[in-house]
Amino acid sequence: MNEDQLLICRGQHLWLSPERTVFWEEEKTMILSDTHFGKTGHFRKNGIAIPQTIYKEDLLRFFSIIQFYKAQRVLVVGDFFHSHVNEELDWFLKWKRDFSQLQITMVKGNHDILPASWYEAAAIEIIQETLLSGPFQFQHDYDEKAQKNKNNIEQATDTNHPAYIFSGHIHPGITIKGLSKQSLRLPCFYFGKHHCILPAFSKFSGLATIKPKKEDQIFAIVNNQLIQTK
Amino acid sequence: MQRKPMQASKGFQIVTHWLQQQQLHPFPFQEQTWLAILSGESGLVNAPTGCGKTYSVFLGALMQFINEHPADWAKQKNNGLQLLWITPLRALAKDIGRAMQEVIESLGMQWKVAIRNGDTSTADRARQKKQMPEILIITPESLQLLLTQKNYPNYFSSLKILAVDEWHELLGSKRGVQTELAVSRLVNCSESLQVWGISATIGNLEEAREVLLSPLKKPGITIQASIHKPLEIHTIIPNEIDSYPWAGHLGIKLAHTLIPIIENSNTTLIFINTRGMSETWYQTLLTLAPSLAGAIALHHGSIEQELRLWVEEALHTQKLKAVVCTASLDLGVDFRPVDTVIQVGSPKGIARFLQRAGRSGHRPGEISKIYFLPTHSLELVEAAALKTAVTERAIESKDPLVLCFDVLLQYLCTLACGEGFDPKKIHAEIKSTYCFADMQEDEWQEILKQITTGGQALQVYDEFRKVEIENGIYKINSRKIAMRHRMHIGTIVSDAMLKVKFLSGGYVGVIEEYFISKLEPGDVFTLAGKNLELIMIKDMNVLVKKSTAKKSLIPSWLGGRMSLTANLGEVLRRTFSKALQPNAGIEMDSLHHLFSIQKNLSHIPQPNELLIEQIESKDGYHLLVYPFEGRQVHEALSAILAFRISRIQPMSFSISMNDYGFELLSDTPIPVDDSNVYELLSDNNLLTDIQQSVNNTEMAKRKFRDIAVIGGLIFQGMPGEKTKARHLQSSASLLFKVFEEYDPGNLLLKQAYNEVLTQQMDEVRLRLALQRIAKSKILLTYPDKLTPLSFPIVVDGLNRNNLSSERLEDRVKKMQQQLS
Repeated sequence: MNEDQLLICRGQHLWLSPERTVFWEEEKTMILSDTHFGKTGHFRKNGIAIPQTIYKEDLLRFFSIIQFYKAQRVLVVGDFFHSHVNEELDWFLKWKRDFSQLQITMVKGNHDILPASWYEAAAIEIIQETLLSGPFQFQHDYDEKAQKNKNNIEQATDTNHPAYIFSGHIHPGITIKGLSKQSLRLPCFYFGKHHCILPAFSKFSGLATIKPKKEDQIFAIVNNQLIQTK
Repeated sequence: MQRKPMQASKGFQIVTHWLQQQQLHPFPFQEQTWLAILSGESGLVNAPTGCGKTYSVFLGALMQFINEHPADWAKQKNNGLQLLWITPLRALAKDIGRAMQEVIESLGMQWKVAIRNGDTSTADRARQKKQMPEILIITPESLQLLLTQKNYPNYFSSLKILAVDEWHELLGSKRGVQTELAVSRLVNCSESLQVWGISATIGNLEEAREVLLSPLKKPGITIQASIHKPLEIHTIIPNEIDSYPWAGHLGIKLAHTLIPIIENSNTTLIFINTRGMSETWYQTLLTLAPSLAGAIALHHGSIEQELRLWVEEALHTQKLKAVVCTASLDLGVDFRPVDTVIQVGSPKGIARFLQRAGRSGHRPGEISKIYFLPTHSLELVEAAALKTAVTERAIESKDPLVLCFDVLLQYLCTLACGEGFDPKKIHAEIKSTYCFADMQEDEWQEILKQITTGGQALQVYDEFRKVEIENGIYKINSRKIAMRHRMHIGTIVSDAMLKVKFLSGGYVGVIEEYFISKLEPGDVFTLAGKNLELIMIKDMNVLVKKSTAKKSLIPSWLGGRMSLTANLGEVLRRTFSKALQPNAGIEMDSLHHLFSIQKNLSHIPQPNELLIEQIESKDGYHLLVYPFEGRQVHEALSAILAFRISRIQPMSFSISMNDYGFELLSDTPIPVDDSNVYELLSDNNLLTDIQQSVNNTEMAKRKFRDIAVIGGLIFQGMPGEKTKARHLQSSASLLFKVFEEYDPGNLLLKQAYNEVLTQQMDEVRLRLALQRIAKSKILLTYPDKLTPLSFPIVVDGLNRNNLSSERLEDRVKKMQQQLS
C-alpha cells in the first residue's frame, strides 16, 4: 500500500508493509509470520474475555493485503494457528473460500499443533522445518549459534553463499528512546547480514526487544508507517 | 448497683467465674463486648494487641452458647459452625486456635476449634466438610474458597458470630473488599448473624465499623479499650551533625551506637525501611560486633519462608539477641522476649511508628521502648515531630477502597463455581457493601456481560465460555475453568519471583526477576546475608555459589519508597516552626547550627507558610518548594507546576523530590514570582492539568497488572499445569495495549486509570494540599547558595541524572565543603 517500502535483498524485490508483511515481487509471494489465528478464540473458550475484534481485524488485514498485491502464494513462517481447533479457524476457512486460487504454504512453528488432516482439508501445504526457495530459506525459529555451526560445515563443503534466512517466532521489537527518559517499544522488521526476523502479524502478540548490530537494518512499525531506525 | 440481666445470665456467670479462678481480671472493654454480644449487637472492638482482644469476642461467643443451652452446654457436641474467625495472618491462626482450645477444655465444653488456610491438609479439609467445627479460623482467601463449594450455605446456617480480626490491616486493601463481599454473603446464609470487627487504633474507627457492618444495615457499636501502654522514645543524636544533610549516609555511620543498646537489652528488633538496606545493616552490625554472630538474624520478605519461620521461633524462645527486619515483622504474633525496638530512618507515618514501638514490652506492666536512628540530620526534626504526634495520638486513617471491579469479577466467578447465583439476589447483597454501594446499573450489567459473554453480544464463531445461565442461575459448569479459578483466588499479586538455589543444592530465598535479569553470570549479589555469585538462570531458578568477594550488589527491590503520611507532614510543619526556639527539645537543639544557616540564607517555614527558594548554581536555576506533604504528593505537584510554568514559557525541567519538598531544575531562569505563584499552585483545573502533565497511561499500565490478575485475565500458571496452560499466557502490558485499542470502555481498564488517580496521584490529598497552600502565605526567597533544606533534594537529583563522571560521593563531599 502507500506506505510500503522497497528493499532489495539478494537481487530480489521485497515490499515491506506496515501491515507486518513482506511481498516478494518476483515470486508474487506474501511472506509473513506469527499470525496466531484462533488465539483470541482459544482465550475466550477458556473464559478469558479478550475482545474478538482483534482477530476480525487481523483476518481482514490478512486477506486485503493479499488482494492488494494480487499475491499468488502466501508463505507463513510458523505459528500460523495458535492452538487447538476452534470456531475462529472456521471463520478463517470461510473467508479463504473467496481466494480459491491462492496457494498457502506454512513452515511449522511451535504453536502449529493441529492434526495433519486439518491442514490437508484446508489445502495448506506443510513444511516441517525449512523451505528453500530461490536465494531464500524459510524457517520458524532462527537460532544464531546453531546456524553458525551449520554454516561453518556448509562453507567447508560448499563455497556458494548460504541462503538468506527468513524467520519469525520471537516477535521482534525495538526500543526507541525519546527525550526526557521516554521510550517506546515498537514491533519491527529485522534485516541482518544473513537473516531476517519478521514481526508478528497478529496484533495480539507481545514483543521481544532485540539489540541490533551495526550493519543491521531495522524498520519499526509506527501505526501505519514504517520508519527505518537504522 | 443493680445487675443488668445480661450480667446475671448463666453464660456470663460461668465464664467470669472461670476467669476469677484463673486469677484473670477482665478489662472494662472486654466486659462491654460480652454484654453487647449477649444482647445481639454487632460492632467494632478497638484494642491494642496483647490486651486480650481475642478474649473479648471469643468469650462472648461462649457465653452466648451457654445461655442458649443452659442445661447441657457442657455436653453439646457437633453444634455446627458457631464462630467464624477471619484473620489476615496465617501465622496468627495457630496461636489463637491453641488459646481458644485451652479455654474450651478448661471450661469443660465440647467445642472444636479448627484452622483453614493454605497450609491445611486435604484430610483436615475433608473432615471439616463432614462436620464443621464450632470455631473455624480462616484467612479471607480460604473463606472465598469455601464459597466455591457446593452446599456451602449449609456450613454457615448455624453461624452466630463472624469475627474479623486485625480489620485495620484489611481495610483499605483489596483483601478488605474481598472480606466485605464475604460478609454480605454470610449475613444472608444465617438467621441472625452478628458481625464483630477487631481493630487497632486508626484515624477513622467509626468509618471502619461502618464499612464492615454495611451489609447488616445496622450501625452497631464501637467499643474502645482505653488502655495506653507507656512508651519511651529515645532519639540517637549523632556527635557530629552535617549542616548539609545527605539522605541515607548518616545511618550506617551511627551503627556502632546500636551495639550497646543491643547488648543491654533482652531482645531487640531493628526495623529498616527497605530490604536492600536491611542486608547492609545486617552485615555492618556483624562486622562491628563479631560476637553477635549466631545471635543476630535477618528477616525480610525475600528470605526463604522456612528460614523466616526459624527466626520467628528463635525469637519466641529467646535464642536471638537481635533481628534486623523490614515491614515483614510489622504484624503477626507477639514475641514476648522483645523489649527494645530500633527504628532506622523515617517510619513515614505515626501509625507505623507506634505499631513498631508496640512490638516491644508485651508483658503486662512493661514499657515499650523504641530508639529512633536518623539516616540524615533533618530526620531529627521528624523524631521531634513523632514525639509530639504520639502524645497527640494523631493516627492516620485507612481509606476504604470503592468500586474494585476486579475483586467483584473474581467474587462472582467464585459464587458461580459452587452453588451458582441468582443475579437479582446477589446484586442486592453486593449493593449493601460499602465498596459497591455506588455501583451503577450499567456497570453491573457490564460485569455480568463480562463473565457470561466475554463482554460482547453473542456472535457466530465465538465460543466464549465461563459463566453459563441455567434457569436464571449463573454457574460455571466447566470443571477445568472452575479449577483454574480456584487456583487463582486471591488479591495479592506478587512480582515475578525466581528461586535462588545453590548449585550444590539448598535453597536461599527468592528474588525479583527484574533485579536478576540485569546481572551477568559471575556477578556477586547479597541475599539473606550471604554473598552469592550468579552462575546461571535455569527454569525459574537462579543457581548460585558462595562468594568470598568483598564487594557485592545489593538487590533493590521494587515496591519503591514509602511516602510521608499527611498526618506526620502536618506535625512536621509545626515542628519546623520551633527551630531556634528555646525548649524545642533535644533533637531541635542539636540542629541549631543547621537552622541558623537556613535562617541566614533563607527562612524557616512556619505552619501557615509555604517556602519557595530560587537558587542559581553552576548546574542551573533551581526552584525549590517545601510543602512537607510526602514524596507521593510532591511527585504529582511538581509535574503539575512544571507543566503550568512551561505554559508561560516553554522550558524543560529535571525534577527531584523528597518527603519535605521538590525541586525543578532548568538551564534558564524559571519565571515564578509573587505575581503568579498563587495562580501556579491553585487547584483550578486540577484534573485536566494532572492528565496533561503526568504520563498516566504508563502508570495505569502498571496498575493494570494486578487488576488483570485479580480479574482473571492472566494466569500465573499452576503447579504441574504450566505446559498445558502455555497457550493461555499473555502479559499484562499486552492486554493493556489490546484493551486500549479494541475495548477502551472496558471496566477493568477504567479501574486502572481510576486507581492511578485515587491511589497513585492521591487526588484527594493533592487537592487538600493545594487548598492549604492557597490559604497560606507563600514566601519566595533568593538564597545565594544552596540551603540545608534544599541540599538533600538537589543531591538526590544529581544521583538520578548522573550528570557528571565524578563519583557521586566525591562530588557531594566537595559540595558540602564549598558550602560550609
